Amino acid sequence: MPILEGQGVNKYFGGLAAVSNVDFHVDQGEIVGLIGPNGAGKTTLFNLISAALPVSSGEIRFKGQKLNGLKPHQICQMGVSRTFQETKVFGNMPVFQNALVGAFFGTPTHISGTDAAREAGQALEFVGLSAMSATPIQDLTLVNQKRVEVARALATKPELLLLDELMAGLNPAEVSEAMELVTRIRDKGITIFMVEHVMKAIMGICGRVMAFHHGEKIAEGTPREIAANKKVIEIYLGEETRAGS
Amino acid sequence: MVGLFVLLLVFVVTFPLYARAYDVRVLTIVLLYVILAVSWAMFSGTTGYMSLAPAAFFGLGIYSMATLQNYLPFPVIIVTGGLVAFALALLIGLVTLRLRGIYFAIFTFGLVVFLGELVQYLEATIWLKHGQAIIPIDNEILLYTMFGLAVVTVLAIYFIRRSRYGLALQSIGGNEEAAEHMGINTTRLKVLIFAISSAFMGAAGVITAPNLIYVNANIAFSLFYSFMPILMAVFGGMGHLYGPIVGAVIFGYLEKMLRAQLYSYFMLGFGIILVAVIYFLPNGIAGLVPTLQDKLGGVIQKLRKGGQAGQHANT
Repeated sequence: MPILEGQGVNKYFGGLAAVSNVDFHVDQGEIVGLIGPNGAGKTTLFNLISAALPVSSGEIRFKGQKLNGLKPHQICQMGVSRTFQETKVFGNMPVFQNALVGAFFGTPTHISGTDAAREAGQALEFVGLSAMSATPIQDLTLVNQKRVEVARALATKPELLLLDELMAGLNPAEVSEAMELVTRIRDKGITIFMVEHVMKAIMGICGRVMAFHHGEKIAEGTPREIAANKKVIEIYLGEETRAGS
Repeated sequence: MVGLFVLLLVFVVTFPLYARAYDVRVLTIVLLYVILAVSWAMFSGTTGYMSLAPAAFFGLGIYSMATLQNYLPFPVIIVTGGLVAFALALLIGLVTLRLRGIYFAIFTFGLVVFLGELVQYLEATIWLKHGQAIIPIDNEILLYTMFGLAVVTVLAIYFIRRSRYGLALQSIGGNEEAAEHMGINTTRLKVLIFAISSAFMGAAGVITAPNLIYVNANIAFSLFYSFMPILMAVFGGMGHLYGPIVGAVIFGYLEKMLRAQLYSYFMLGFGIILVAVIYFLPNGIAGLVPTLQDKLGGVIQKLRKGGQAGQHANT
């Protein structure tokens, strides 16, 4: 059963279609990957789901409920949380308080200070940052800042987690750790929808992959099918050739 | 904390017994600055929305007093002045808090100018008078009332700061987009806190009015009262609640002293001090504390052992 689905989703910036007539769905318990070259509309789609941007037309539903017209904070409280491609941590507070914000405000019901602190602590422990609770966020490396974003998102008790390029900029060892982390999040019962460029991660943990190009969904299938897909290869090789010239 | 407060209470209550009338008024103004600086820092210092509107709400308070002094008792006017400022801030907040950065600052700056011009226009065409006299009130009563409001303001802001909403305000300052996506209704929170901080400024305006004896639009809506709280908060440091308080006290005293020494050139002297502070102490006076703690290390730690435990639990 789909936990998230979109029908005929469009997003125009002026005359440019950033997301063009896309149908998609994410099933409960899946890890779904979203790939495509830069500017393909992947992050825009995440922004539409999380209501950072309004859709131009079409419909997005979470657990059967329409998301159109809702505000980002409402989407979060419904159970959809996210991380950001360019990390957006709260730079003016320590690690623990970053997660605490998620714990306090991420659920629709009132939560006591003690419970919120426990949730935040558990989320940090889950991502392996317990030891750095009191550290100012600027003192953290990029990979740890990304982990704080994941912990903060987990503290909001999501059912669906949108990960926007979690692995970008990480070295191979860190990518392996991040893959293991994503798998553990899924095993907690949280559905994952992830934008990713790191092929090793896509091939390794995604059950299903969608490929975007110029705002359109051009392919969908298992990682193997996508890797063998002609259109996908063309786009990526085309990119490579251009980049190399 | 309680001991400090009792000391302060005794100091303020007994102050008029031995001090000159002039000094009583200086202390009242220092307390006014504390209220303005702390309320300003609660909203603008945490969220990063640079409001230049304090003079607008402060001026509304002054004009509430000017308009209502013959009809209502003083305490009721104080509350009314606060409510008028609260209501205007709600309205302004709903319209303008979508503006970010410099645009919000410019809008709030314009608000002060607009209200001043509006009052001037109303006085010229409808009320048919230029400015208004305000019936004086005893210096001691004004001092005690201002002190009462300062205590209420500082306590209210202390509790807001250490609550979950204080954390939410800080997260807006850290990254507003992320704060929204973590479930915070940022618009509602910003508007509400902006209005609360404005209410204190309005109430403070009511209490200040009798000291002015005569007010007109230029006096009541002077941009001086917009810039002062910002300078004091920056001067004192905004990371802690006590920063703006310390800034307001030092600043208030400095202002009076420099005015006495340099007359209308006092801003020159003050400007130099301010530039020096910002250059050498970017985190304000409050920023000195951790530095000093580092330098003096163990000595201070030993001396402050008792008091420290409570403070750390608040963060």
